Amino acid sequence: MLEKTNVKVLDRVVVRFSGDSGDGMQLAGNIFSNVSAGVGNQISTFPDYPAEVRAPQGTLSGVSGFQVHIGKGVYTPGDKADVLVSMNPAALKQNVKFLKDGGVAIVDIDSFKKADLDKALYTTDEPYKEIGLKGEVVEVPMTTMVKAALADSGLDLKSVMKCKNMFALGLVCWLFDRPLESALHYLHNKFAKKPAIYEANAKVMQAGYDYGHNIHASVSTYRIESDAIRPGTYTDVNGNTATAWGLILASEKSGLPLFLGSYPITPATDILHELAKRKDLGVKACQMEDEIAGVCSAIGAAFAGNLAVTSTSGPGLALKGEGIGLAVMAELPLVIIDVQRGGPSTGLPTKTEQTDLRQALYGRNGESPLAVVAAASPTDCFNMAFEAARIAVEHMTPVVLLTDGFIANGSSAWRIPEDDEYPTIKPNFVKPEMLEQGWRPYMRNEETEVRYWAIPGTPGFQHRLGGLEKDYNTSAISTDPANHEKMVQARQKKIDLIARNIPDVEVQGNPDADTLLIGWGGTYGHLYTAVEELNNSGKPVAFAHFRYICPLPANTAEVISRYKRVIVAELNNGQFADYLQAKNPMTHIERINKVQGQPFLVQEIIDGVTKIMEA
Amino acid sequence: MKYCAADYKSDQYVRWCPGCGDHAVLNVLHKAMAELGVAPHDTAVISGIGCSSRLPYYMNTYGFHTIHGRGGAVATGFKVANPKMTVWQVCGDGDGLAIGGNHFIHEVRRNVDLNVLMLNNKIYGLTKGQYSPTSDRGFVSKSSPYGTTEDPFIPAELVFGARGTFFARSIDVELKISQEVMVAAAKHKGCSVVEILQNCVIFNNGIHNYITDRATRAERTIHLVHGEKMLFGADMNKGIAQDGFGLKAVTLGEDGYTIDDVLVHDAHCQSNFLHQQLAMMDGHDLPLAIGVIRDVEALTYDQEVENQVAEVRAKKGLKSLRQLVLAGETWEVK
Repeated sequence: MLEKTNVKVLDRVVVRFSGDSGDGMQLAGNIFSNVSAGVGNQISTFPDYPAEVRAPQGTLSGVSGFQVHIGKGVYTPGDKADVLVSMNPAALKQNVKFLKDGGVAIVDIDSFKKADLDKALYTTDEPYKEIGLKGEVVEVPMTTMVKAALADSGLDLKSVMKCKNMFALGLVCWLFDRPLESALHYLHNKFAKKPAIYEANAKVMQAGYDYGHNIHASVSTYRIESDAIRPGTYTDVNGNTATAWGLILASEKSGLPLFLGSYPITPATDILHELAKRKDLGVKACQMEDEIAGVCSAIGAAFAGNLAVTSTSGPGLALKGEGIGLAVMAELPLVIIDVQRGGPSTGLPTKTEQTDLRQALYGRNGESPLAVVAAASPTDCFNMAFEAARIAVEHMTPVVLLTDGFIANGSSAWRIPEDDEYPTIKPNFVKPEMLEQGWRPYMRNEETEVRYWAIPGTPGFQHRLGGLEKDYNTSAISTDPANHEKMVQARQKKIDLIARNIPDVEVQGNPDADTLLIGWGGTYGHLYTAVEELNNSGKPVAFAHFRYICPLPANTAEVISRYKRVIVAELNNGQFADYLQAKNPMTHIERINKVQGQPFLVQEIIDGVTKIMEA
Repeated sequence: MKYCAADYKSDQYVRWCPGCGDHAVLNVLHKAMAELGVAPHDTAVISGIGCSSRLPYYMNTYGFHTIHGRGGAVATGFKVANPKMTVWQVCGDGDGLAIGGNHFIHEVRRNVDLNVLMLNNKIYGLTKGQYSPTSDRGFVSKSSPYGTTEDPFIPAELVFGARGTFFARSIDVELKISQEVMVAAAKHKGCSVVEILQNCVIFNNGIHNYITDRATRAERTIHLVHGEKMLFGADMNKGIAQDGFGLKAVTLGEDGYTIDDVLVHDAHCQSNFLHQQLAMMDGHDLPLAIGVIRDVEALTYDQEVENQVAEVRAKKGLKSLRQLVLAGETWEVK
């Protein structure tokens, strides 16, 4: 019997589940994170899908992973795992690099036969040594145990083997002292319509849990500290779903029906999926014939008076460029969501990058300014989708919301907001009395430069919009040189003035430090954690994270000017650094860059900042 | 309220070339709208880029002059978002069938309730004279100085290929028939495609002369009317008769043909087999068909989206996002 004498008390712990893409690792990981959230842990998860749809079983290209970070002060899915579960040799080989030195690898030893090792291209009969595993290996005969547990179930072998993930989950629940009832509850919801499958999986999960009690091997178990988190009702949400929900809230808060015109593209498609489901909340989500039709149908819906959205990734944003230019010229509200992935071209569709910033800012012909915002985390996708919609509608402009594959697929616990936590969105509608005052479609509010919105179907306000330049005063087509320049400046000023309607950038970490670390978008968790650790280790660093990119918050230049050393860390070749440098020529901006299709590791940031500070 | 043609006319100066066929189409459209009686504020005209796509500026309706080829996609989103509006789309043969070809076949396939006016002059006019996807093989233009080496689209064939529910054809100079088909197109629920053969007086003058020549027009065209015999000719003594799997032109009183051999036009027939044969007649062996060739009922995309939303909403009874999220997996933190 294993006694839980060897208990490690940790603030946080990282568990990584890995197996064949058909092994159900995502489900096991999801249940584990939900159960952990239920006992008061902060959670952050990240799925790592293979690029292939269904690679041959047991091969290296078919490995799927799911990483869960739980505990106190959790802002990222974690750099490396304390515990790695691997269902076969291929999974172990692909994931050993994510295991901390001295971590625990739990493997299904039944799937480590010669044939399995061959399939995963091992060349020796010492697999752990061959891949340089530096930790403890717990060999568990999972296949045997699962077969035994379900010997009387009457299920066929294929169905029996599908339960293996729940054995692993049961074992991990024991290891981390998670309540099995809670895991069974999630399992029950998942298989509510298939009681026989639920029974089998529940039995196997219990067997995995019991196995932990009974093994005659010593393994450290863990007690995870909980965090004092804000009271409320929580749910687990990934970035794409949060994005869709933020748009729905914006629709409720503006009174405008929500329209999505989209075309499937990795990793943005789940936004289309979620909004297609939300016909139950009145959303009209149309899968169009191509990316261009996606944006153009949304522009049509915006003209018709809806809150109009198109969702895509980098290649799709390229196709939508001309359409977005039309929305700039017609001054219609439009939200464009770009879930960034590795590029250029098809690039690394399932991997994450921040390489579309320039495309979002400048990827159109002519002087065509628009607003750009970026979400910092999976749950922040909700806030920033709402903000993108608010800015679009209140300022009559297209707004690009940049998220990325990492936060779009990653999830964390989200406190469900109360009704009054988000502001009412106020569209700049025409007023009936404007007709007598000589209303024209491009007439602007003097303070904000925002034109007024007349919804088709309103008597008296018939008007024509279009991509051709219009006269500032009459709104008729105009090729007058001076007028064109005046309109160019008016459109630019309209975007600049949005700065009055967005919050200042906050300085976190140690504001009195000499060094300011700057980030933007989906790298927030890694940068925040790195800044915390730097400050804890006696290297004072201030931290400013940008979610409003264009225009920048009003206090940006002032914040930057306060620091001797300014470093921008981003997952590209320096796109935000260049942008800030151009606007702040007196400050020399240092850079930390990574373009590998992978998120930062906290350690990389710590090392990068330390190196610059010591230079 | 009654409307007259002038109610649909904007105050903008019409900038098409003098003698351009577009002038006639614009005037007929104003009249057709007055006949239909839909208020100007309940009407939208959406276009892409090209000479014909300037048309929205000359309407006192809601209008949107979009970008090249994308009028159909913009119109689709507009109609789905605001199904109460009557939506017209104006395009040319280049805008609609080259750069916008994809959107065109998909709006027809989805059967979005739009009235699509396709002004076919077989040339790019706005860019000053390049061949278009409807130019005949061998056509000489600035971009095909030795003649084209490709076959053209026949717009009707694309409509039938995409299982279109409405197709009509007219000629810019046939004002009465143009108005008749525009009104029929607007009354049809679904994607109504109206091809109008239109003359470009500058870059392709006389391209449709073989059809439009007054002296021979009666012999080379046939005006199809639902429920009526397919008769044509200056003396209306010729007719269209079935010829095995095809069609032939017969002269009444010759070779033993009588009025009984002449087909009766059925625009409402669900099968598009004969409609397609009629639409393919080109004025040479058989007269070019004008009028409403096909007009059948089918579910429309915009209405079905609307219905599905209503159905799902009624079934689930959700009132807000908050209600939806709270009904999912949640936990309390105290």
